[in-house]
Amino acid sequence: MTSANPTPQAPSQSVYPVTPEQGEAKEAVLAVIVDNEPGVLSRVVGLISARGYNIESLTVAETDVEKHTSRITIVTQGTLAKIEQIKAQLGRLVPVRRVIDVSAEKDALERELALIKVVSIGEQRLEAMRVADIFRARALDTTHTSFVFEVTGTREKINAFIDLMRPLGLSEVSRTGVLSIRRGVMGD
Amino acid sequence: MSSLAATQKAKTVSAISKPGAELLLDALEEQGVEVIFGYPGGAVLPIYDALHACDKIRHVLVRHEQGALHAAEGYARSTGKVGVALVTSGPGATNAVTGLADALLDSIPVVCITGQVARPLIGTDAFQECDTIGITRSCTKHNYLVQSAQTLSGVVHEAFHVARRGRPGPVLIDIPKDIQFEKALYTAKDAAQNRNCIVLPELDRNKIDQTVDLMRHARRPVFYTGGGIINAGPEASTTLRKLAAATGFPVTSTLMGLGAFPASNPQWLGMLGMHGSFEANNAMHDCDLMICIGARFDDRVTGRLDAFSPTSRKVHIDIDPSSINKNVHVDIGIVGDAGEVMEALLDEWNAREAQEKYDDKRTQSWRTQIDGWRARKSFHYTPSKDAIKPQYAVERLYALTRGKDVYVTTEVGQHQMWAAQHFHFDKPNRWMTSGGLGTMGYGLPAALGVQAAHPNALVIDIAGDASVQMTMQEMSAAVQHDLPIKIFILNNAYLGMVRQWQELLHGGRYSHSYSDSLPDFVKLAEAYGGHGIRAETPDELDDKIREMIETPKPVLFDCVVTQEENVFPMIPSGAAHNEMLFGEVKGDEVSDAGKVLV
Repeated sequence: MTSANPTPQAPSQSVYPVTPEQGEAKEAVLAVIVDNEPGVLSRVVGLISARGYNIESLTVAETDVEKHTSRITIVTQGTLAKIEQIKAQLGRLVPVRRVIDVSAEKDALERELALIKVVSIGEQRLEAMRVADIFRARALDTTHTSFVFEVTGTREKINAFIDLMRPLGLSEVSRTGVLSIRRGVMGD
Repeated sequence: MSSLAATQKAKTVSAISKPGAELLLDALEEQGVEVIFGYPGGAVLPIYDALHACDKIRHVLVRHEQGALHAAEGYARSTGKVGVALVTSGPGATNAVTGLADALLDSIPVVCITGQVARPLIGTDAFQECDTIGITRSCTKHNYLVQSAQTLSGVVHEAFHVARRGRPGPVLIDIPKDIQFEKALYTAKDAAQNRNCIVLPELDRNKIDQTVDLMRHARRPVFYTGGGIINAGPEASTTLRKLAAATGFPVTSTLMGLGAFPASNPQWLGMLGMHGSFEANNAMHDCDLMICIGARFDDRVTGRLDAFSPTSRKVHIDIDPSSINKNVHVDIGIVGDAGEVMEALLDEWNAREAQEKYDDKRTQSWRTQIDGWRARKSFHYTPSKDAIKPQYAVERLYALTRGKDVYVTTEVGQHQMWAAQHFHFDKPNRWMTSGGLGTMGYGLPAALGVQAAHPNALVIDIAGDASVQMTMQEMSAAVQHDLPIKIFILNNAYLGMVRQWQELLHGGRYSHSYSDSLPDFVKLAEAYGGHGIRAETPDELDDKIREMIETPKPVLFDCVVTQEENVFPMIPSGAAHNEMLFGEVKGDEVSDAGKVLV
């Protein structure tokens, strides 16, 4: 061993593999079909968070009452290799039946629902109504000084709606997180 | 009892309501459990009460719950069956965590039963309560909190299924105390529902064909085998031998896979990896075809990843899909049982052989090259006349126990590597060591488990003076249960591997790696009711080892060895397989960046 003064580019001097991550981090949408039983959500979430990945959005509900299965939809970020690893390791969990990489499908449908409270009066209030109309948002509740809008769409659409509402008295946001399903006759 | 009455009893037995504790034991019995390693406590008292009346299951009382898990691991690895541990709630469960994590990393099938406080008390900070399910979630393959006595026996059957199916691992069943009293009906094994999730995909014929294509064209092939072959059962080891014989390819193995291929076979390269042989690591580096069977490209094996076997095509056979392409990108990944895949490869090889004879001249120059590496004798050490060299001690131990029914366990550290280098195995399931988690204190309790499974065998724990003190109290369990294990301590009065790294990485500043105030192991053995032996010179070593073998009770053998011996060869920090280290190295040789990561 000769490298007493390694250059910054020199490979790590550790026997642990410290190959830098290959490729850019990309977003992944994973649908995980699980047995609906206590603790299954923490298993799935724990596996992802233990690797230091942030879960950007998470939705879960029972989707098949007879089979007793739930569908968990997770949006996270990672390099391609890491996402593949997460998928394989999720598949290894006992209550997990299937893991579907929705983001791998070119044109999978994606929707999110948001409830948005806007508090304003006068011209701002009118403008909020006009914008809501453009976004096909419904007013679920109204007072003389506020609206609660319901809006559905892709994440981009909801983000745009929230951005536009910000100067118009945006006060509170509640979002479901992403839901997704494949187009056409093929099921998952 | 008349046969009619017996039939009558069999018919009604499942219709009788029994307390949860008895249902548990019935289920364990049906699963073929012969021995449980455990420690009683408040939350498992009903189970222990049922155990008191049960004469089919033997219970070995350990002295610490970690020992129960390691003993269950030792039992599992030496028999191929599922090992069972039984511990109480709270501290019992937290003490078991190390053993569970160890079994997870080494893929050992273990079922751990923990008591839990009664259901109404869960979440109230009750006495000896802890969130066992939460704590063990990431160090088990799966875990269960039993919800009712009605589901208990079904859960136990499923737990055994999960523990042994696919890539084996530890499964924990947490049973609240009130469920142990609650009465319910028994669910038989066949009636129990098994999860559909551990489904192995059908073998991909195309990939088998492609692999055999590569094998028949390779000029520098090597089999890189691992613990997956041991886990696949003794038949898999037989198939490996046949496959190696048919192809003539050299075979190396990870620490976990030792014994799957006989060390006496001329095709054997020895262990690979950080402290593996020169020939094995060079073969890995220079090969043009690497067939990895049941190993997982662990960092102790690969060394620097970007310089790992740069010229080879790689085939990876593993039962766990998540192991494939995890650390090293492979050309062909085959998911399946090691034994079955090797069988398919062998059949395909033989089918091709019938068409066209394989020309083994193809690998002639490769074999010559390997012989050249072999001639380097990389496990060689400088012998001494005055002091016992640790390598010499292991060599003598091996020589004097040859031909006996020997099982070897180890702790973790230098002694473990010397044992792997100088003790040789010709059969699988004979070598029990903590490879993945690297748990100091594994060997002594694991030896208990092995001895409980094989009462007449010679079970040796090759230990270090530091490791052995981590679970030394199990000596008491060995004496109580007449488990005549032999604990062979290579005593260098150092935390040897830590010291070696400090010598290589930290300028020889031996920060807290010297074990001062070591106990007198001979007196300690006697204090426990065992037998103590000390050897200090090479001359007396053989006689003392013979004395150890012939003593019919637990033995603590204090083998005083040279203090500053290092384990060589070694792939130094940040190096590739072909840059092994042989001699003595001292000083700050590793960069600051590297030190952080070691």
